[in-house]
Amino acid sequence: MLLLEAILLSVISASTPLLLAASGELVVERSGVLNLGVEGMMIVGAACGFAAAYMSGSTLVGACCGILAGAAMGGIFGILTLGLAVNQVATGLALTILGVGLSGLIGAGFVGAKIVPAPHLYLPVLTDIPFVGRILFGEDAFVYFSVALIIAIWMFLYRTRTGLVLRAVGDNHASAHALGYPVLRIRMLAVLFGGACAGLGGAFLPLAYTPFFIPGMTAGRGWIALALVVFASWRPGRLVAGAYLFGAVSILQLHTQALGFGIPSQLMSSLPYLATVIVLVLISRTRGTAGSAAPASLGVVFVPDR
Amino acid sequence: MRKWNIVAIAAVLGIAAVTFHAYAADKLKAGWIYVGPVGDLGWSYQHDLGRKAVEKALGDKVETTFLENVPEGADAERAIEQLARTGHKIIFTTSFGFMDATLKVANKYPNVFFEHATGFKRAKNMATYAARFYEGRYIQGQIAAKTSKSGVLGYIVSFPIPEVISNINSTMLGAQSVNPNMKVKIIWVNSWFDPGKEADAAKALIDQGADVLTQHTDSPAASQIAEQRGIHSFGQSSDMIKFAPHAQLTADTDYWGGYYTKRVQDVLDGKWKSEDTWGGLDAGMVVMAPYTNMPDDVKKMAIDTEAKIKSGALHPFKCPITDQDGKTVECKGGDHLDPGQILSMNWYVKGIDDKVPGK
Amino acid sequence: MPLVLERRPERSAVIAVASPLIAVALTVATFAVIFVIMGKNPFEALYVYFIEPLTDPFSLQEIAVKATPLVMIAVGLALCYIANIWNIGAEGQFLAGAVCGSWLAVYTNGTDVGPWVLPVMLLLGSLGGALYALIPAICRVAFGASEILTSLMLVYVADLGMDYLVRGPWRDPQGLNFPTTAAFDPAASIPTLFEGAGRLHAGSIVTAVVVMLVTVLLGRTLMGFEIRLVGAAPRAARFSGFSTDRLVLFTFAVSGALAGLAGIIEVAGPIGHLDPGVSSGYGFTAIIVAFLGRLNPVGILLAGLFLALTFIGGEGAQISMKVPLDLTKVFQGILLFYVLACDSLIVYRIRYLRTVRKPAHAAA
Repeated sequence: MLLLEAILLSVISASTPLLLAASGELVVERSGVLNLGVEGMMIVGAACGFAAAYMSGSTLVGACCGILAGAAMGGIFGILTLGLAVNQVATGLALTILGVGLSGLIGAGFVGAKIVPAPHLYLPVLTDIPFVGRILFGEDAFVYFSVALIIAIWMFLYRTRTGLVLRAVGDNHASAHALGYPVLRIRMLAVLFGGACAGLGGAFLPLAYTPFFIPGMTAGRGWIALALVVFASWRPGRLVAGAYLFGAVSILQLHTQALGFGIPSQLMSSLPYLATVIVLVLISRTRGTAGSAAPASLGVVFVPDR
Repeated sequence: MRKWNIVAIAAVLGIAAVTFHAYAADKLKAGWIYVGPVGDLGWSYQHDLGRKAVEKALGDKVETTFLENVPEGADAERAIEQLARTGHKIIFTTSFGFMDATLKVANKYPNVFFEHATGFKRAKNMATYAARFYEGRYIQGQIAAKTSKSGVLGYIVSFPIPEVISNINSTMLGAQSVNPNMKVKIIWVNSWFDPGKEADAAKALIDQGADVLTQHTDSPAASQIAEQRGIHSFGQSSDMIKFAPHAQLTADTDYWGGYYTKRVQDVLDGKWKSEDTWGGLDAGMVVMAPYTNMPDDVKKMAIDTEAKIKSGALHPFKCPITDQDGKTVECKGGDHLDPGQILSMNWYVKGIDDKVPGK
Repeated sequence: MPLVLERRPERSAVIAVASPLIAVALTVATFAVIFVIMGKNPFEALYVYFIEPLTDPFSLQEIAVKATPLVMIAVGLALCYIANIWNIGAEGQFLAGAVCGSWLAVYTNGTDVGPWVLPVMLLLGSLGGALYALIPAICRVAFGASEILTSLMLVYVADLGMDYLVRGPWRDPQGLNFPTTAAFDPAASIPTLFEGAGRLHAGSIVTAVVVMLVTVLLGRTLMGFEIRLVGAAPRAARFSGFSTDRLVLFTFAVSGALAGLAGIIEVAGPIGHLDPGVSSGYGFTAIIVAFLGRLNPVGILLAGLFLALTFIGGEGAQISMKVPLDLTKVFQGILLFYVLACDSLIVYRIRYLRTVRKPAHAAA
C-alpha cells in the first residue's frame, strides 16, 4: 500500500479518540460548563470498557460500559458543579486525579489480559478500491461513529430548537433562566453526554487501538481534547479539522524520525503542544480585543434565584 | 493532654510490638523498588516475576515487599529508606534513576544490603547488577536478517542511553553477519512505556518498509501491530507471544529469578559481598523465548549462535568494528570491546544511517 | 427537583470553620468503606495512612520535605486563583526554574566557587519560572488566548525541553552517557538542617517565610487588595481603575517565580542533580493543595502538610498492607471533592421545597 495511504490510516486511528472526547466536551462547553476532567473520564472509560469487553467477549458491550462509566464520572462532576455550585476548574482537576486512580484500581486485575480487537468493516468491492477503499470503507465502528457523532452534534446545535436553547444557556444563562428554560437540567444533560463521549473515546484505546489495558494508557489525550475544543472556536466543523490535524502531527513526527531527518525527537514530540499554543494565540487575535469566541457564560457558576 | 500522652504511648508501644514481632519472626525481609507498574508486562513485570521466584524458592525463610511506580526524583530516596527502616535486610532498586538515592541510603544504613540494577556506583553494602541484553540482540539481528524480505528492520526505542545504543549496535552487527546490507529505521518515543505511541511508531516503521520489528520499550503494543499487519516481531523483556502468536520470532527476556534467589540466599548464609554482576545468556539472566514462526534452518542458526555466545566462542562486539563515520573503533578488551566501552557506548556501527540523538 | 440550592443571606461562620473537618471526616468514612470492600482492616489502614507517619522523626521530616515544594507552588497559585486567573502550568514553571537554576550549577560544577553560587541559583530559578509563566500571561493580555490551555500546553514543552538538555548538552561527562547532570557541588546544594539525621532542609524554612510574606501581601498591601477585589467583584474593580491585565501579569509572574523557586530548591536540595524524573507532578498536586487550603496561605500550609501526610502514609500502606498506590490518588480526589462540596455550603444552603413552583415558560 502506498505510504500516503498508510499514513492516512494511522492518522485517522490516532485522531478518533481525540474527536470522540472533544465532541462531547464541545457540547458541554457550549452549554456554559467547563469540565477539565476529560482525561479522568476517558481513562475510567478505558478501564471499564476493557474490563467489560474481556469478561463478556464483546467489544460492543465494552463500548457501552465505557460510555456508562464516562457518564457516571460526568454525573459526579455535574452534581458538584451544578448541584452544589462548586468551582468548575477545581472539580474538573479533582475528577482527573480521581479518574486516574480509579482506573488503576479497576484495571489492575486486567493487565495482561487479551481481547479480540474491534473488527474492521469489509465491503467486498468497495474496500478493495486502491487508496480510498480502506480509508473510507475499511475502518472500525468507532471511526464511523465518531464522524456520525460530530455531524449529529452539528445538526443538533444549529438545526434544532433544543440545540438553540443549549447555546442560549451557554451564552447567557441569566436570560435563559428568565425565559423559563431549565438551565441546570440542560447543563446536567450536557455534562452527562460529555462524559459518555469521553468514556467512549477512552474505551476506543483498549478496544480498538492497542487491544490490551495498561494503567495510564490515555497518556494525556484528554488534555489535548480540551485544547481541541478551544482550537476549534467551539465549532463542530473546525473540531473535525483540528482533531485530524493533531493526529497528523503526532503521527508525522514519528515518520520523520524513521526517515532519518535528525531533528531532536523532543522537539518533534513537543510540536502538537506548541501548535496548540500558536493556534490559540492566532485565533484569539482575529477576534479582536474582546477575546475568544467562547460561550459567554463558560465556567460561570449559576445558581437560579427563586 | 494527659489522655493524649497515654494514646501516644499506646501507639508507640503498638508499633514497637509489631516491629519486634517482625524481628522475632526470623524471616528475612527483602524489598524491591520498581520504577513502573508491575502490570507493564515489561521491565517491572519481569523484576516482579523474579521476586516471586525468590518467594517460591525460599518459601518460609523470606518475606518480600515491593513498591511500584516509585518516581525517580526525591521520592525514591524516601521509598528506599522506608524499606530500610522497616527491617528489610536486602533491597533491590530496579532502575538506573535510583542510583544516587540508593547510594545515599546505603551510606546511612551500613547493615542493610542494597542492589542497584543497571548502575555503576557501588559501596561496601551496595552492589550492582545488570544483564547482557546485547547478547540476545545479536541473535535477534541474525534472525531478522534471515526472515526479512525487505531488508529493513524497524526499531522502536525509548531514550538514547548507552544500553539502548549498544543493543541497537549489537542487533545490527548480528544482522550484518548474515546480510551485510541490512538496514534499520529507528524511532525514539521518549518513554519506556507508552502503548499508544509505540503502536503508532510500529505502524510508521511498517509503512516505511520495515517487515521485522524490535523494540527497547516496555509494552506489547508493537508486537500486536506486527501481528495485525502480518509481519514479524521480537518481544522485549517478557515473552510477548500471547500478544503476537504468529508474529513473534523470539524475545529477549530478562530472567532475574535466579540472580535474586542467589543473592537473598547469600544474605541468609552470611556470604553477601558487594560486586558487579553482568550476566548474559550463560548466567541465565538473559533467556531467549522459544524460537517460533521461523523456518527450521533459521531456528538451527539461532540455537547455534546462542550456544556459541554462551560458551564464549562468539562475542557480539568482536573486533574489528567500524563506526558509522568509517573509523575503526579502538579495541580495549583483547579481541572484543571491553565492558567499559559497551557500557558507555554513544556511537553507531557502520551501516546505520541515523545519527545518535543529542550528540 | 424538590431540593434546591439557594444563597445564604450571609456566609455561614460555623461551616466556614467546620468545613475542612467535615470533609476530612467524610473522606475517612468513605475510605473505611472502600477498605472494607477491598478486604482490608479499615482501622489498620487508617492508622497506617494517617497516624503512623506522625509517630517518628524520620517520617515527620519526610512530610515536611514532601510538603515544601507543594506549599510554595500552591501559595503562588492561590494569588492567581483568588483573582480568577487560572494558572494551570505551574508544573512547567517548576521545571523551567529547575533548569535555569541548574544551569549555574552545571556551569560551575567542579570548580571552586564561593558560597554565592547557591543564592544566585535560587534567583535564577525564580527568574526562570517567572519568565516562563509570563508567556501564557502575555498570550492572554495581548491576544486574549485562554491562559488555562496555554499554560497547560507549555508544561509539556518545558518537560521535553528539560529532557533534551539533560540527555544532551548537560549530561554528566563522567556519567557514562546516562541522562543526568553531574551531582551538584556542596556549594550548589541546599544544606540539611540536622546533619545526617533526616532530610529536612533549608528550603522548608524558605517556604515558611514565603507563606508569611504572601499572607502580608494579601492582607496588607494594595496589590493584595486588588487581587482580592478583582476576584470578588470584577466590575467594581474595573471602576476603581484596577487593571486586570496588570494583575494577570503580576500574579502569573509571582506564581511562576515561586514555582520556579520550588523547582530549583527541590533539585538543589533533596535530589542533588537534574535528571528527567525530577518532578512527580508537583505542579498539579499543588493545585489541589491550593484549593484544599481555600486559597489562604496558612490554610495552604496545613493542607500541604496534610496531603504530604497522605503520600507518606500511602507509601507505608504499600509496604505494610500491600495496598496499591492508586488508592492514594483516589483518596486525594475524593478528599478534594468533599472539601469543595463542604465549602460550597458556606455560601449556599440546601432547602427542601414543599411545593415546587413550575416556572412559566413557553414549550421548551
